[in-house]
Amino acid sequence: MSKFQINRRSLIKSGAAIGAGLALPTIFTSSARAYLNEPKGDTVTLGFNVPQTGPYADEGLDELRAQELAVQHLNGEGDGGMLNTFSSKALKGNGILGKKVQFVTGDTQTKSDAARASAKSMIEKDGAIMINGGSSSGVAVAVQGLCQEAGVIFMAGLTHSNDTTGKDKKANGFRHFFNAYMSGAALAPVLAKAYGTDRRAYHLTADYTWGWTQQESIATATEAMGWETVNNVLTPLASTDFSSYIAPVLNSGADVLILNHYGGNMVNSLTNAVQFGLRDKMVNGKQFEIIVPLYSELMAAGAGANVRGVYGSMNWNWQLQDEGSKAFVKSFGEKYGRPPSNSAHTCYVQTLLYADAVERAGTFDPCGVVEALEGFEFDGMGNGPTLYRADDHQCFKDVLVMKGADNPTNEYDTLEIVEVTPRAQVEYAPDHPMFAGGDLGKCNSGA
Amino acid sequence: MLGLSKKDTTFLLVVIFLTLATPILLQPFPENSALAQFNAGYPDLMQRFAIFGIFAIGFNILFGLTGYLSFGHAAFLGVGSYSVVWMYKLLNYNVLPGLVLAIVMSGLFALFIGYISLRRSGIYFSILTLAFAQMSFNLAYSVLTPLTNGETGLQVYNNDPQVLMSEGSPTSPHFFGIVMNEATKVDVGGWQFTFSNGYYFCAIIAIIVFYLSLRIFRSPFGIMLRAIKTNQTRMNYTGLNPRPYTLAAFVISGMYAGLAGGLLAAMDPLAGAERMQWTASGEVVLMTILGGAGTLMGPVLGAGFIKYFENIFSKINDSILHSWFSALPDGLEDFVVFVFHPFIGKGWHLTLGLLFMLVVIFLPGGLIEGGNRIWNVISGKNRKKKRDEAAHHPKPTSHVN
Repeated sequence: MSKFQINRRSLIKSGAAIGAGLALPTIFTSSARAYLNEPKGDTVTLGFNVPQTGPYADEGLDELRAQELAVQHLNGEGDGGMLNTFSSKALKGNGILGKKVQFVTGDTQTKSDAARASAKSMIEKDGAIMINGGSSSGVAVAVQGLCQEAGVIFMAGLTHSNDTTGKDKKANGFRHFFNAYMSGAALAPVLAKAYGTDRRAYHLTADYTWGWTQQESIATATEAMGWETVNNVLTPLASTDFSSYIAPVLNSGADVLILNHYGGNMVNSLTNAVQFGLRDKMVNGKQFEIIVPLYSELMAAGAGANVRGVYGSMNWNWQLQDEGSKAFVKSFGEKYGRPPSNSAHTCYVQTLLYADAVERAGTFDPCGVVEALEGFEFDGMGNGPTLYRADDHQCFKDVLVMKGADNPTNEYDTLEIVEVTPRAQVEYAPDHPMFAGGDLGKCNSGA
Repeated sequence: MLGLSKKDTTFLLVVIFLTLATPILLQPFPENSALAQFNAGYPDLMQRFAIFGIFAIGFNILFGLTGYLSFGHAAFLGVGSYSVVWMYKLLNYNVLPGLVLAIVMSGLFALFIGYISLRRSGIYFSILTLAFAQMSFNLAYSVLTPLTNGETGLQVYNNDPQVLMSEGSPTSPHFFGIVMNEATKVDVGGWQFTFSNGYYFCAIIAIIVFYLSLRIFRSPFGIMLRAIKTNQTRMNYTGLNPRPYTLAAFVISGMYAGLAGGLLAAMDPLAGAERMQWTASGEVVLMTILGGAGTLMGPVLGAGFIKYFENIFSKINDSILHSWFSALPDGLEDFVVFVFHPFIGKGWHLTLGLLFMLVVIFLPGGLIEGGNRIWNVISGKNRKKKRDEAAHHPKPTSHVN
């Protein structure tokens, strides 16, 4: 081995080199600015961060469609969609604060790391002033944390876990989508009416944060009306075959199976359960039933005939007949030739809400936007009168209870609306135990 | 200098120069030009270049020198990240304790996994490491949620103890007051260069570990590792026990991976379980092979290449394509966009896959071989070589470039 010789000269040389290297970063100081990515020209850039690859790519694609549509409407192109029905009239179809809206897109891959990397690149490279989208709670929580640190606004897309506006809530993050607690509160009375108050439920739960919060919410809500929770079995996220989890259900004495699964997991577990003939069984003298607390159109389409008669909940559905929904479905349908999904709706609305908040605040400064959104009450966005609560940045609005349609006529109406649960029934206190432990902190404008 | 031959010293100086000048070199297009889309000189991506460069350099010590193909290196990356975030949560946002813990923890992990896996070689070794990594991923994703926060990823909360945190200390990762996410933007003409503290922190560490790996490559220990790759049976017959050497190489490369994982969390205070998934392990294998396994610089190039595609190509969407080709007549424009569409945005995997195939088929030695060939054409080395071969006196070429 060559000797590591130290003599005076090389010591001085290397010492100087290392010193220079260490000193290099300190000569740079951050330059002064009012807030991060302040739009200086006549355009403003929004960042749309959705899964384009991976298990939720379909949902991501639909979100992207909706976001593009929202940008068109903001810039005064197309028929204006929900801008015409939105109760706040601050937006005039000339962009936001007179600046033309541009957007950049990124791929979250449904992974926290990749989502943060693509959000960061939009903020650092493209100068995005706001990040919108996403199709999983893990990603939403991760990107929300990033936006809080960086100092931009995060308008969450599809995220249903209680944690997003509970344990992991952040001042710069806002969620329009409903959550697991609301699903439970809306579903329970309908279930009690349909299946009675004397039921024994068996839960299969995807083994990660969203699955747990949903299981907890549904179990609490159903137990409150007299149901008994027989068992809760956690299933690994990567499972594709649930037969081994379904077989013990029959011997447990349960007469309801609750599937706390989403996406491909739910399609597979529901299909397995139906194949095992669970729904033809009579247990305890009652018909065996299956429940899927969180529905999406794409899942329902994937599960095909198996969803018939299965109850679940949704944030919004294109079959709603209010003016806002009709206007949105019309312009989405004209552009893309299909009805929008519930995740598309939430991303579209979030984009408009952000733009409106900027317009009302008169600035793109995240702290001004936070102030404008906190406690904001609006209507005409498809969910009835809605409140953005200041305590946790969660939207409170009506929740839809859905059922698999018995006679679907095409691939888009596989679900039918059973009940629109009024907002008062799904509200909860900000310090509810399922949401406790979080802290919004202070808004960060990145200055 | 520093115990290196003259050639290696020059090499190291070139690497140092390239690393430090990265913020300028990666920003070749002016801000408002259509090609600015291809600029990569923003902090997050540059940090990733440096960090995954470190990851690949470490992996190369194992794979490039001993030939043992580990499919589980992402586990160490994850261990490193979790260590750093836990130090944030318990102490404060200074990255130093976390990075030290990351190296120690990943070293211990590597010792454990290596001790068991290295009882087998070849494909069995690869499968064993893959199994361990997948096990770690599942543990992190759900079983050990109190420790890792599962799917959501470990983050720092306002109510964490952070015992060393005082009033004035920074609220994001820093190195004794140098805050990682601060940067200076310099406008020169139409160009904008971003000099970020975080990048230079990673870059200096990358240079140090690159120097270390250079020393390992040139040391008797490195030669021993190469002997294992060449013919392990023969080594056994000479009475040498290769196990301690392979284990040492495994632990060293595990510590490199842990450092890389720690740096990821030092730049961005979150540790996600996906970091440990087998795809992440596969990625570093791709980086090493793409750049050139067994060469010093290759893995770093490969890492940069893959990260570039992941971050730049995935962000090109149809409307950007339309703006590029807007000069063309309408029908033709739509056609061109239609042709490019599968290769951009969500199709970046496809583009990367095609390039990977091209490299493996035409440049088995990776990007480094491509570089060498071009250099040889320019300097006319090939002709000289031919003459030498004609004389039946092939020059002994060095094994590693």
